[in-house]
Amino acid sequence: MAVAVLLFCVGVLLATGVGAVAGARRSATAAIVYGLSLLVSAVALAVAFAALAFDSQWVQTLRLPVGLPWLGAHFRLDALAALFLIVVNLGGLTASLYGLGYGRHEEAPGRVLPFFPAFLAGMNLVVLADDAFTFLLAWEFMSLVSWALVMAHHREAGNARAGYIYLLMASFGTLALLLAFGLLAGPEGGYAFDAIRRAVPDPALATAVLVLALLGAGSKAGLVPLHVWLPLAHPAAPSHVSALMSGVMTKVAVYGFVRIVFDLLGPPLWWWGAVVLVLGGVTAVLGVLYALMQHDLKRLLAYHTVENIGIVFIGLGLALSFQANLMGPAAALALTAALFHVFNHSVFKSLLFFGAGAVLTATGERDMERLGGLIHRMPFTAFAFLAGSIAISALPPLNGFVSEWLTFQGILLSPKLPQWLLKFLVPAIGAMLALSAALAAGCFVKAFGVTFLGRHRSSAAQGARETDGFSLAAMFLLVFLCLLAGVLPGFFIDGLAPATQQLLGARLEPQAEMAWLTLVPIAEGRSSYNGLLLFLLIGAAALLCAKAIHRWASRAVRRSAAWDCGFPDPSPLTQYTAGSFAQPIRRVFGTVAFRAREEVSMPPPGETGPATLRVHMRDLVWDGLYVPVERFIGFAADLLNRVQFWTIRAYLNLVFFSVVLLLMVLTLWS
Amino acid sequence: MELIGKVLVQLVQLLLVLALAPLLTGYIRHLKARLLRRRGPAVVQPYRDLLKLIRKEVVLADNASWLFRAAPYIIFAATLIAASLVPTFATGLVFSPAADLIAIVALLGAARFFLALAGLDVGTSFGGIGSSREMMIASLAEPAMLMFVFSLSLLAGSTQLSSVADFMQRPEVGLRVSLALSLVALIMVAIAENGRIPADNPATHLELTMIHEAMILEYSGRHLAVIELAAYLKLLLYFSLIACVFVPWGLATAGEGFGAFAIGLGWYVAKLAVGGFLLAVFETGTAKMRVFRLSDFLGVALMLGLLAALLLFVSRGL
Amino acid sequence: MDRLALDVAHMFAGGLVLVSFMLLYQDRMFGLLNIFALHALVVSLSVAWQAYIQLAPHLYITAGIALVVKAIIIPVALHRIIVRLGIHRTIETIGGIGRTMLAGIALVALSITVMLPITAAAGTLTREDLAFSLSVILLGLLMMISRRNAVSQIIGFMSIENGLILAATAAKGMPLVVEISVAFSIIIALIVVGIFLFRIRERFDTVDVHALERFRGSL
Repeated sequence: MAVAVLLFCVGVLLATGVGAVAGARRSATAAIVYGLSLLVSAVALAVAFAALAFDSQWVQTLRLPVGLPWLGAHFRLDALAALFLIVVNLGGLTASLYGLGYGRHEEAPGRVLPFFPAFLAGMNLVVLADDAFTFLLAWEFMSLVSWALVMAHHREAGNARAGYIYLLMASFGTLALLLAFGLLAGPEGGYAFDAIRRAVPDPALATAVLVLALLGAGSKAGLVPLHVWLPLAHPAAPSHVSALMSGVMTKVAVYGFVRIVFDLLGPPLWWWGAVVLVLGGVTAVLGVLYALMQHDLKRLLAYHTVENIGIVFIGLGLALSFQANLMGPAAALALTAALFHVFNHSVFKSLLFFGAGAVLTATGERDMERLGGLIHRMPFTAFAFLAGSIAISALPPLNGFVSEWLTFQGILLSPKLPQWLLKFLVPAIGAMLALSAALAAGCFVKAFGVTFLGRHRSSAAQGARETDGFSLAAMFLLVFLCLLAGVLPGFFIDGLAPATQQLLGARLEPQAEMAWLTLVPIAEGRSSYNGLLLFLLIGAAALLCAKAIHRWASRAVRRSAAWDCGFPDPSPLTQYTAGSFAQPIRRVFGTVAFRAREEVSMPPPGETGPATLRVHMRDLVWDGLYVPVERFIGFAADLLNRVQFWTIRAYLNLVFFSVVLLLMVLTLWS
Repeated sequence: MELIGKVLVQLVQLLLVLALAPLLTGYIRHLKARLLRRRGPAVVQPYRDLLKLIRKEVVLADNASWLFRAAPYIIFAATLIAASLVPTFATGLVFSPAADLIAIVALLGAARFFLALAGLDVGTSFGGIGSSREMMIASLAEPAMLMFVFSLSLLAGSTQLSSVADFMQRPEVGLRVSLALSLVALIMVAIAENGRIPADNPATHLELTMIHEAMILEYSGRHLAVIELAAYLKLLLYFSLIACVFVPWGLATAGEGFGAFAIGLGWYVAKLAVGGFLLAVFETGTAKMRVFRLSDFLGVALMLGLLAALLLFVSRGL
Repeated sequence: MDRLALDVAHMFAGGLVLVSFMLLYQDRMFGLLNIFALHALVVSLSVAWQAYIQLAPHLYITAGIALVVKAIIIPVALHRIIVRLGIHRTIETIGGIGRTMLAGIALVALSITVMLPITAAAGTLTREDLAFSLSVILLGLLMMISRRNAVSQIIGFMSIENGLILAATAAKGMPLVVEISVAFSIIIALIVVGIFLFRIRERFDTVDVHALERFRGSL
């Protein structure tokens, strides 16, 4: 029943997309499309939530007689799927709500409206799919539709290239997944997930599947070094689609990885965890370092997605390591942390992209160096963006901290692992996680501080106006969720328990029943956290302090020019810029990570020319991996090019000898 | 009824750190002056400064936003709550399960986040320089801190400070190199986090050498007082942290009566006195580093933390 | 008592690893010498403690030799060499101190992972000391390859020897004769190296061993 309702939702979304093609020229279409998407997402969200909340053991499947004749299309709703459906449809709901306002500024609605609901439909389908064929079809559909959305503003500089790279990487990822499912299904071709689940692949094959899943899902999620398309493509789309791509589609990729590795693949080997951990750690640190070097607000956010995917994969790697050593409760803790971070990230990343979109509509600028002082012009957007920044920087009492705290608790359990490699690796990964959290805080001080604080750096920033009510409603809904998941994490974590129970056969203790709603993942004497109490205490202390001082001491305020050590400069250009803010971190970390070099040229004494500071940075991943691959492909293509100029006899020879060779291989093989 | 008593004890702890924090800073300043053979201000001078500041009017820069006005109270409240959750005279207080060591560090991180934002709010270059350097230091200090937490949890099986303090009083802890390494790492982190010499000079007003002072340059009146008090509290917090983990002797447990509390309090004040003296001596004998040497300084802290964890693995792996 | 004995031995051995890291980090000549003296001091203390708990008086002699030769004679001799070479104000440029330290940590981790499983049959203290001594040896090697100055290389070499002593005492198997002869060969090595240093200096005007590479025969 629930599956049917969800599939009906998908159908409505697809129909909306088709309808939008017809009505693209009418002005009311946008409101209708986003309204319908909002409605359908809300229904799907409710169904998924009900499935998760009320009967967690409840697995429902449905087979439609479409697709391959001998296979049909299988769909299934279990705890894991319900969880990710919540993430997808929550993102869809808020993005639609935001789109109701934001979409009015769209200059090319015909290029966005048909694809937006189709994109939502595709993501829902991926999560619902229960056989390899449906899964891959939905996955590819999702990729192509999102590519179309990336290309919506294809005339803007760089967007066409972003779309091209995205298409290449998406095809590569799908190819990897295709091979993975081919290996999983085996020679008999049991493509239904049930059949795959029952078969137990041998370790070498399973390892190959893991690698392919990492390539396929990892490239979609943005794991380093497969992340290169992400910071190009996500910002190129309209902002609510950026939010969907960053906040939700990367989560669908995580879903693909979890589904394949934890559900379909059978018991893991211990060193898989190490591989995933290293990838996660490197992704987290490099992602945030890249983000720190950006001046483009949306690209900065996109790089943060890379970072957060790294954090999720750290949790997944821990869960794999624990699971391989049959440490069920610890694995449940790590997986809970990863899944909770999935949810949290989808909430605050959508929020931040909405904020960036509001700034973009108000000023027409994505470059932070030309913004500034927006807190005066757009106070509500500023507040929402601030909340998102606190959440993503993993600071209490908001939700980002809770999931990172849980990940740390998982890391602190690692000494119990028997393998020495893991014993030593995990603390190092923990240090990397701490580093990335601290750098993220620095990065969001920069993003918020340069964009919203200080003085206006351009007339566009000066003339900005607060964004519309729909957008604000979407943002504040998410702010509320950030706070809710931060102060009452127990309820959310209990909601994740059915999924860990399903995948690992273990779960955390029910958290919502703990005294004072404290979070106690392992044992009372070991570690605990109570966001609600901290929130109330801090709020009370701050209010009391302010009240007391205002009541008994002084409440006088005088406005005056800035002090600035006695040398205030009226030009807003003398403020700290995004580049100068990141300079200390660039000097400390960038010299290694990006080969950053500073080149200062001073005019000789007496001359009045300006001094210049030039920073050279290299993207080592791009230069070290993609450029050689590109060169090799060019080289191979040149070689093959010669084949085009053969004579007909040569072609005939080629065909003849190929056939003979293949026949010989066939005889020798069998 | 019992709960009210427990909450009262917690409240006492909160007021205690609030009352002692300026005293500790005044004491250290006084000692440093004496070590330089100056007479120095009275030990209670910070109280006088705070009282004077909160009675003054606030001079606000023209384009300061609401964030600039709200930040001092948020910073103060987060630091105060963090400081009152670290055991000082007794362990196992009623609110201590609300935050383990990681959460306490994160609370300080939240305070720092707002401080750095406030530094950027007016849009002057000094505020920016302070904020950007502060965030760099934080990014270096945080991994070292985490390694410290890791070693602690490896040894004591807990990140809950009350449990750690109880564990550390047991005889089986013994002499451990890794504890010494952790201690040194923690002290280095504490020095950097509190902006003491050699990381930053709390007494400087030379523009290009300051970090903390640069961020709060635009603050005045009650806002400045509250921020200063938060800085005093943070210093006290790190003293309490070191005391409760490495010299946990004399700590009372929550259930004991007032006698034990009084003894614990006496011990706590004595520990602060010794710690403050050591800090004053160290600061007098050291010169401030260049900003970009700090990465080496905190890198060493991280290495020590890693090494401590490694050595612990050895001694536990046997 | 047993607990305390173990703890103290652990402290000395761990301290030796730590001092090896300090050697790796230090870039001033005299600082390096002082830390090397400390290194030798910790080794001799460690050996003396082993003598005490193993009730093996001949180890006291080993400790004494280590103390006299390596904590006093060699540092003093090197001190004079440095002064005579006029390089006491040189600060070595160590490329990427952070990376070297990280490599050092990785080496410690490696030696622990190698040593602990294969010595499973031995006693607690022996296993720990063997793991630590392998770390000290590897760190000494790392120091030798990461430095360019000949004097630092000598110090790296000697710290390796300290690691060997730690291993030998922990394994409870080194006869006194061996130790004495090792100590003397170290002194001889010092003399040879000292002469060698002056020769290099005379010829090439530097003690940077990279200068020698130009004079290798070409293939």
